[in-house]
Amino acid sequence: MRSLLPILTKKNPLDLLFSAITALASMTVIVFIIGILWVLATRSWPALQKFGIFDFVTSLSWDPVKENFGAATSIFGTVVTTVLSLVLAIPLAIGIAIFITEIAPNFLKGPVGIAIELLAAIPSIIYGMWGLFTLAPLMSKYVEPALQSTLGKVPVIEVLFRGTPLGIDILTASVILSIMIIPFTASIARDSFNLTPAVVKESAYALGATQWEVVKDVVVPYSKLGVFGGIVLSLGRALGETMAVAFVLGNNHKIATSLFDAASTITVTLANEFTEADKDIYLSSLFGLALVLFAMSFATLAISKVILMRAEKKYPR
Amino acid sequence: MNIERKRKISGLMALTFSTLAALIGLFWLVFILGDVVMNGIGALKLSLFFNDPVPPGVEGGGLRNAFVGQFLITLLATVIGVPIGVLGGTYLAEYGRGRTLSRIISMLSDIMVSVPSIVIGTFVYAILVKPVGHFNGWAGAVALAIIMVPVVLRTTENMLSLVPWTVREAAFALGAPYYKVIIQVVYRGAATGILTGILLSIARVTGETAPLLFTSFNNAYFTVNMKEPISSLTVSIFQYAMGPYDIWHAQAWAAAFVITMFILVLTISGRLLLRWRYKQ
Repeated sequence: MRSLLPILTKKNPLDLLFSAITALASMTVIVFIIGILWVLATRSWPALQKFGIFDFVTSLSWDPVKENFGAATSIFGTVVTTVLSLVLAIPLAIGIAIFITEIAPNFLKGPVGIAIELLAAIPSIIYGMWGLFTLAPLMSKYVEPALQSTLGKVPVIEVLFRGTPLGIDILTASVILSIMIIPFTASIARDSFNLTPAVVKESAYALGATQWEVVKDVVVPYSKLGVFGGIVLSLGRALGETMAVAFVLGNNHKIATSLFDAASTITVTLANEFTEADKDIYLSSLFGLALVLFAMSFATLAISKVILMRAEKKYPR
Repeated sequence: MNIERKRKISGLMALTFSTLAALIGLFWLVFILGDVVMNGIGALKLSLFFNDPVPPGVEGGGLRNAFVGQFLITLLATVIGVPIGVLGGTYLAEYGRGRTLSRIISMLSDIMVSVPSIVIGTFVYAILVKPVGHFNGWAGAVALAIIMVPVVLRTTENMLSLVPWTVREAAFALGAPYYKVIIQVVYRGAATGILTGILLSIARVTGETAPLLFTSFNNAYFTVNMKEPISSLTVSIFQYAMGPYDIWHAQAWAAAFVITMFILVLTISGRLLLRWRYKQ
């Protein structure tokens, strides 16, 4: 049927026009990506040239007064909050996926699934506001002192729980981020679990396996590639989250050693300082940060896409 | 015997954990939405919709400028983004079906959907704000449109692909050229799906804040002039919530309530519409 297409399209000049218009429209996506790369690269060039690309990425200094800029503190904050939020989110998300696919009675499957996905529909500014007014006070009053008096007494890891718990810190930001990415991981894990053929599961049950053994030894191994792809996708999304963390992270350019320290991510730095950048080199450094963020998230998302496509090919629906 | 017990207990523990995980997920949803509703409804007043902001300390201010600004920005973003997205999706599903280029574009779109929106804000700042010399509403609309295009493009592609090929063949057999088949037959078959995709993309960009910070910025005065900085609900929420005044916080909660309800209603009705149309 595909071989018919060229003949059909050649006949009519209007067809040629329409196909050209639609082709152009689809190209805009490529134009956007190349445009973003080009603009960010040229705008950040003065800063990258002045500080050197390697030094810009590794320098700990972020000093608008002395006009000395390095991205390391922001990259550090981005990586730490992202990793911490993944650690908090992955077990919950996979648990939720197991609940929806294997445990829940049929009438609950749909509603619970939709409810979890609604978490993804709530705008990030709402998360941020809720975090600032509701979660942060709760964290500083109850959760963080409790952590300090328990885990904070354990040698070695007590470093992570030093300082005054103000609630505006890495821990609170990571908790909010983890809530935001749960739906992404959970829904992809659920879809991957659902791909396991019923016959395979039934054979395991017939051998006397318990429900958990079926999940652990049949469903999870069968779908691990898809689940992993979902985790990488969540990673990519968490990297670029702005408003949810902008409220509760402070904007503190230093390498934090405690979970109760304020910090800064690339996104928070951009949100707070972009409109205030008065010097060209300052603005150029901020464009440099945006370029680093774009590269990081694009690479992560591309990897997740490749993994998910491979998973799809391996186990077609 | 011992092993049997161990298997049963570990199974029970794991399943309890999963159920607990689902409950925790639901708990967060209820907690956040409940908080927004409780704080928002209390602060909801008619003056919020009909009055412009007043200096702190003066009674009776509102966010009329932000509601109007948000509406204008979203409307223009839709007008720019949706046609590009629908036409682009048409190419991927019809003329370009199966081509390598189409596969690359749809993969890149999937990536673009998740690219940090603040990066798009900096990009639009560089091309539409810096050259003009000041923040403007058009820049905000373009930033949101750039976010919309890949979303609409992918849903359109998917919805068009769901229309059976035989339907097109039937139309070809009647002698219709391909463009007529697409416009009069395929679009009609996929209309509900595409419309839902558009609704969901509007829901998505309505909540965006980061790309508006450097583009449309904010404006304390009422304006419909898109060439000037223009206020939006999300940026106003950010500014008010971070501000020091209680009255600002109350208005931020009220605005948050309105915007959250709008997005949830749009999202849920979009999902119901899809389920109703593509019942399996």
